[in-house]
Amino acid sequence: MSNLETKPADDTAAGGRVNPVENRFTTAITHVLSDLGKNGIFIALVLVVVVFEILTNGVLLRPQNVSNLIVQNGYILILAIGMVMVIVAGHIDLSVGSVAAFIGAVSGVFAVNMGLPWWLSIILSLLIGAVVGAWQGFWIAYVGIPAFIVTLAGMLIFRGLALVVLGNANIGSFPELYRSIGNGYLTNLFGDFAVDPLTMGVAIIAIVAFIVQSVRTRRGRQSYGQAVEPLGWFVGKLVLVAIVVGLFAYALATFKGIPVTLIILAVLVLIYGLVMTRSVFGRHIYAIGGNLHAAELSGIKTRNVTFWLFVNMGFLAALAGLVFTARLNLAGPKAGDGFELEAISAAFIGGAAVTGGIGTIGGAIVGGLIIGVLNNGMSIMGIGIEWQQAVKGLVLLLAVAFDVYNKRRSGGR
Amino acid sequence: MTTNILEMRSITKTFPGVKALQNVTLDVGRGEVHAICGENGAGKSTLMKVLSGVYPFGTYEGDIVFENETMEFRDIRDSEAKGIVIIHQELALSPFLSIAENIFLNNEITGAFGLIDWNKTNIEASKLLARVGLRENPTTKVRELGVGKQQLVEIAKALSKRVKLLILDEPTAALNDEDSDHLLDLILSLKAQNITSIIISHKLNEIKKISDTVTVIRDGKAIETIAKIDVTEDRIIKDMVGRDLEHRYPDHTPHIGDEILRVENWTAYHPQDPTRVMVDNVNINVKRGEIVGIAGLMGAGRTEFAMSLFGRSYGTKISGSVFKNGKEIKTRTVSEAIDNGLAYATEDRKFYGLNLIEDIKRNISMASLKKLERGGFVDDNEEFKVAEGYRKSMNIKAPSVLAKVGKLSGGNQQKVVLSKWIYSDPDVLILDEPTRGIDVGAKYEIYTIINRLAAEGKGVIVISSELPELIGICDRIYALAEGRITGEVPIAEATPETLIKYMTMEKERA
Ligand SMILES: Nc1ncnc2c1ncn2[C@@H]1O[C@H](COP(=O)(O)OP(=O)(O)OP(=O)(O)O)[C@@H](O)[C@H]1O
Ligand SMILES: [Mg+2]
Repeated sequence: MSNLETKPADDTAAGGRVNPVENRFTTAITHVLSDLGKNGIFIALVLVVVVFEILTNGVLLRPQNVSNLIVQNGYILILAIGMVMVIVAGHIDLSVGSVAAFIGAVSGVFAVNMGLPWWLSIILSLLIGAVVGAWQGFWIAYVGIPAFIVTLAGMLIFRGLALVVLGNANIGSFPELYRSIGNGYLTNLFGDFAVDPLTMGVAIIAIVAFIVQSVRTRRGRQSYGQAVEPLGWFVGKLVLVAIVVGLFAYALATFKGIPVTLIILAVLVLIYGLVMTRSVFGRHIYAIGGNLHAAELSGIKTRNVTFWLFVNMGFLAALAGLVFTARLNLAGPKAGDGFELEAISAAFIGGAAVTGGIGTIGGAIVGGLIIGVLNNGMSIMGIGIEWQQAVKGLVLLLAVAFDVYNKRRSGGR
Repeated sequence: MTTNILEMRSITKTFPGVKALQNVTLDVGRGEVHAICGENGAGKSTLMKVLSGVYPFGTYEGDIVFENETMEFRDIRDSEAKGIVIIHQELALSPFLSIAENIFLNNEITGAFGLIDWNKTNIEASKLLARVGLRENPTTKVRELGVGKQQLVEIAKALSKRVKLLILDEPTAALNDEDSDHLLDLILSLKAQNITSIIISHKLNEIKKISDTVTVIRDGKAIETIAKIDVTEDRIIKDMVGRDLEHRYPDHTPHIGDEILRVENWTAYHPQDPTRVMVDNVNINVKRGEIVGIAGLMGAGRTEFAMSLFGRSYGTKISGSVFKNGKEIKTRTVSEAIDNGLAYATEDRKFYGLNLIEDIKRNISMASLKKLERGGFVDDNEEFKVAEGYRKSMNIKAPSVLAKVGKLSGGNQQKVVLSKWIYSDPDVLILDEPTRGIDVGAKYEIYTIINRLAAEGKGVIVISSELPELIGICDRIYALAEGRITGEVPIAEATPETLIKYMTMEKERA
């Protein structure tokens, strides 16, 4: 790096900055406010949970139901991860529901009709999912057809192919280990207890790891002279996270233990979270969504990035299809109907921008959980599917409206 | 000019962490041309946004008195209803609509059943175009017009709203001399029709030429208001930067070494119309430590040449060869060009240069993530440190490098673009209009940076529409006309007259 000292930075010249005393206090306030703004989505989730906990007379947070929430909505969350990445890059994928159905059917052929081992069936299915993604990515990235069109076509193509593969029949009775990815539990490794020690152990390790990582990041920032949030606020947040994770784990531990789906999800969130926040590939995705031309002129291989995003989406759609099929123990023609809409809603409720460039994995997961709690809560209350649809639509609209309002208030223009 | 049409009293405007305006008072006389000068980020655009209701009543402190009435604008429509029209630094026309449609956008001429009366729309548009001196068909799409003509369409649009006070934010920043002159004449002719204008500009010569009064703003405060007879460029500069600036261009003793870049027979065609040659057999070279200028009129193919060279970012059917240090290199993709030590800082920062929704830090690192990469991951802390370094050395006015680039003033955005490419540490740096929209003080800083890059042994190519700037900083200047190099002028022989002669040289007809 060349040394470019032209003249010492004159802080008072920086547009007349506020004086230091006022500064301390206002930065503290700004931190808290901006955190509330950023975490508005978490607050929304808490609200939704509280409301349904009351409306369902406490059924929502019973251990069994907490566990079900994860298992029943695992597929939306998996899809939401891929979808938010696609949306950040400024694209969309309407085909994920059909692809999930298609892969479910294909895996049925492998695991049931052909009797291949469960693990081989899963690997082959995931590979085919990636190939499907590559097919769509090719048209979008290299031919330049808008993703909306390509995946709309894909929605029809793969729904059709799913029917062809199934030949107008359902495929059922999958091998047990295959089924475990949808409804298996990791439990009782250390004997039978009222509160599963394995689950609690994993939770404690996770909490400790989270705290260590947060402290390290904070120290690193400080050592580089970056502003960090006030200590009290920082500690408070850590304590809050620890309590929520602890309670959640306790609920699982008193039921059947850790759902396999949750393990899959945790691994995905960890990996993709890192990719989006820290990796070069993730940076490229945000750069493309923020300004495609500037990204291109910065030497980013925008087409390749787009291509791999769709390969990844195909892979995740396949995984969602497998989890869903495994849970139902059935590959049917109607599988995956409307999944794309739930995944897209999850991403937008989670704060992704329609214009691209903005969105996070964490946001999409919380968005997906909100949808999950709505689905689950309304089902417990015995509300019909027609009203469930209407309510979910309304929540999507309100969530995005709130986001828009928030940005306008904080940003000026 | 005894009565004031506008009085802004004690205006204060705060953004989170920044006091953009502090107690600014501005009096504008009826029928005058009032110029506002100030460094980048001084608060000029913000003051005008307060005046025009972009920042509504209640988001600032102080009073706006227009035609002796206190105004409380809720949005731009309110201010337009009173006859205040602002033309922003970034033009706001809709490219796919026609001139007439743009002029009457949101102000449509309707006939029976509320349907648009197209005949009347086009006739009225023609009349307005005649008033601003633009000879174009009102049904032409705005996209097909150059910036200069788009600017005139903006003014026609303002006239259609019965404007009394016209605000122009850096109207000539993107114009060539001819278009600028036309625009300035137009402002004077509007003045004769009793339309008051406020003009923001960094070009002091034109301010001196047309304005009756000049107000200088520094760091969010009004420094002084100068009447026409007292206006000198030196006085404005002194008010702007708070000290005397003895020279406009820093001293530069060239240490010119071996040839670092040579481009041979470079040709490129128009991307939509592959029969139209845009860059025609261009041959140029740059030596180590040399600052080479490219002069040319708007549309001469300067940007087209630079962008086609930089990873074929412009044009089709590109041919020619590039040599670095005597060895042929390929620049077929942008990343290949960057890897081979080229950098191109664009003239159009919003469209090609910046990710406006990201922060300063991520924009500076965008072209050089490789340098910050540790096993596939970006070293955030290192990135912060690097960006902070540039914020200080380039004097980017922002509370921190975590500020979103979209919220910086125009000139500070330009400094972010430059930082981004300097950080990529190229051997040859192509700067396309590097000082567009930049104040005199910052220009001096940028020239100093260019000199330093040259002193480090890099080759620098500067494309600019301002001839004094090229003559002030370059060691050698090429002139480009209709896509061809028409002249190569050593700095000792460079005068505006010789350059213009080459720049306007037409192709000899066979
Ligand atoms: N929406 C915003 N949010 C936060 N800060 C802002 C916003 N708009 C402007 N600023 C800050 O206010 C100050 C004044 O900006 P302004 O755009 O008025 O400058 P300017 O005088 O027009 O500069 P230039 O000559 O570069 O256009 C700058 O420090 C800028 O960063
Ligand atoms: Mg401005």
